[in-house]
Amino acid sequence: MGLHLKVTPHAAFNFAATLDAPCIFFCRNNGYAISTPVHEQYRGDGIAARGSGYGMITIRVDGNDILAVYNATRKARQIALDESRPVLIEAMTYRVGDHSTSDDSSTYRPDGELEHWKTDNPIARFTSYLMNERKCWTEEEETALKADCKKQVIEAFAAAEKRLKPSPSVVFTDVYDEMPPHLQRQQQQMREHITAHKQHYPLKRHEPL
Amino acid sequence: MALICRNAFRHSQSMRKNILSNIKANSLAKRLIHFKFEPDSPPSNVGPTEKMNFLQALTNAMDISLQSDPTTIIFGEDVAFGGVFRCTVGLRKKYGSDRVFNTPLCEQGIVGFGIGAAVAGSTAVAEIQFADYIFPAFDQLVNEAAKYRYRSGGLFECGKLTVRTPCGAVGHGALYHSQTPEAYFAHTAGLKVVIPRSPIQAKGLLLSCIRDDNPCVFLEPKILYRSAEEEVPVGDYTLPLSKAEVLRKGTDVTLIGYGTQVHVLKEVAELAAVEGISCEVIDMVTILPWDVDTVCSSVAKTGRVVVSHESPITGGFAGEVAATIQKECFLNLEAPVERICGYDTPFPHVLEPFFMPDKWRCLQAVKNVVNY
Repeated sequence: MGLHLKVTPHAAFNFAATLDAPCIFFCRNNGYAISTPVHEQYRGDGIAARGSGYGMITIRVDGNDILAVYNATRKARQIALDESRPVLIEAMTYRVGDHSTSDDSSTYRPDGELEHWKTDNPIARFTSYLMNERKCWTEEEETALKADCKKQVIEAFAAAEKRLKPSPSVVFTDVYDEMPPHLQRQQQQMREHITAHKQHYPLKRHEPL
Repeated sequence: MALICRNAFRHSQSMRKNILSNIKANSLAKRLIHFKFEPDSPPSNVGPTEKMNFLQALTNAMDISLQSDPTTIIFGEDVAFGGVFRCTVGLRKKYGSDRVFNTPLCEQGIVGFGIGAAVAGSTAVAEIQFADYIFPAFDQLVNEAAKYRYRSGGLFECGKLTVRTPCGAVGHGALYHSQTPEAYFAHTAGLKVVIPRSPIQAKGLLLSCIRDDNPCVFLEPKILYRSAEEEVPVGDYTLPLSKAEVLRKGTDVTLIGYGTQVHVLKEVAELAAVEGISCEVIDMVTILPWDVDTVCSSVAKTGRVVVSHESPITGGFAGEVAATIQKECFLNLEAPVERICGYDTPFPHVLEPFFMPDKWRCLQAVKNVVNY
């Protein structure tokens, strides 16, 4: 949610609106910017109200309802293309996980806040819809799917871990379309230095120089 | 349904615990550190000391500023709960939410607000969560903060603004969590730019920056936050800005750096000593305005220089140091000034060990200038 407060979205919204850009701005309002809750990020109940200020058609949707999000996005796409103008979608949701692996959200999340969202989240609700409303999905299938997904992730990890990391020379590629002379010289210096000091560098885990 | 969710939740919790315990088991931090931190002795005549890490020294400095100056305010993204790096832990509770508070996620706003607060009489200590994200505030720092005094002919100024920001390599930070943008700010007349290397410096220099009557950019090498620990004076303690520190006396080569790189250079000096080369090690401490006299006095003696920093070589501050040395010490030089810096590329991720101006690259440069 934090990104909205940066200057970039304001410029993007205004440019898109004034230049009649056929695009969709999809804003996921998950309630937090790391530890900072939205009430310390802005006044008002969300950013939907700001959309009309820029002259944009705006849709607020329950971000935990997959079908609602699908329908809102489909409608937004139709408007953007038919009328050549931007559409803002604000999908209301909640960040159940930590911000990152180095974040511990228990230090700032109010007690009990998480409880509600354990059931009101897109995966739980869509699963419930398939199982209980449409009756086209079962606990067994769900368990099997999860096991299969977990297996795929573990296999992908295992396969990735076996691969060597890129060659140290790659530090200098993709900086420009073509490597300029000063980077060619630096690349050569790096090669010579590492070749002369092999024992100090983790070369075994990398593709050759 | 609920069962599935609980399981999913439990699973993520247990994964998290596994990750945390793996980190502890692998001692990840230690593995990634490319230098050896050796504590300094606390200065004499400054009263009692206490063991503090870099983080605690910063918190302590801010605590003293909040206590001794009723106009001090601390603000930035996530500072209220203690900050993502835990630099402001406990300060909100102690001094209240009017003085220690969160801001919206907008660096331009944080610095702009800080300038306004400083102009209006507050001692403003702003935190930019990562130096890599200071660039949205670049205009505020370069065109507003730095020029406030000059453009008003000394009528107005925002000298009570200090912008703290974590910087530097940590072993896994990649493009957007590793940069040290000192060179951009070194090109900005009106700012002071300071980089501490230790908990003692973190405290003494931060308090100096906070009290200095010029806007300061205070770059904190974040790898030192927890890895550097030493006895730090507990009282009100400041260190002079724009004063370099000679950490090791030597006769053959002058090694110049700042922040984390000072620790690399100290180790290089030890390695060089084994080979019979005597190195003088200088911590520049302040990048702008920098201490030309201390650097040039050393070079006049040694005649050989290696300047080193993590940020890219082209346009890096080592270039400024080298140019000044060749002007001031031309007839003393026995070899061209060597610069060992980051390469002219974005900061790489898994290739960081090859990118860094590590002790082996610096030691080679020492040999080069000696054998020139």
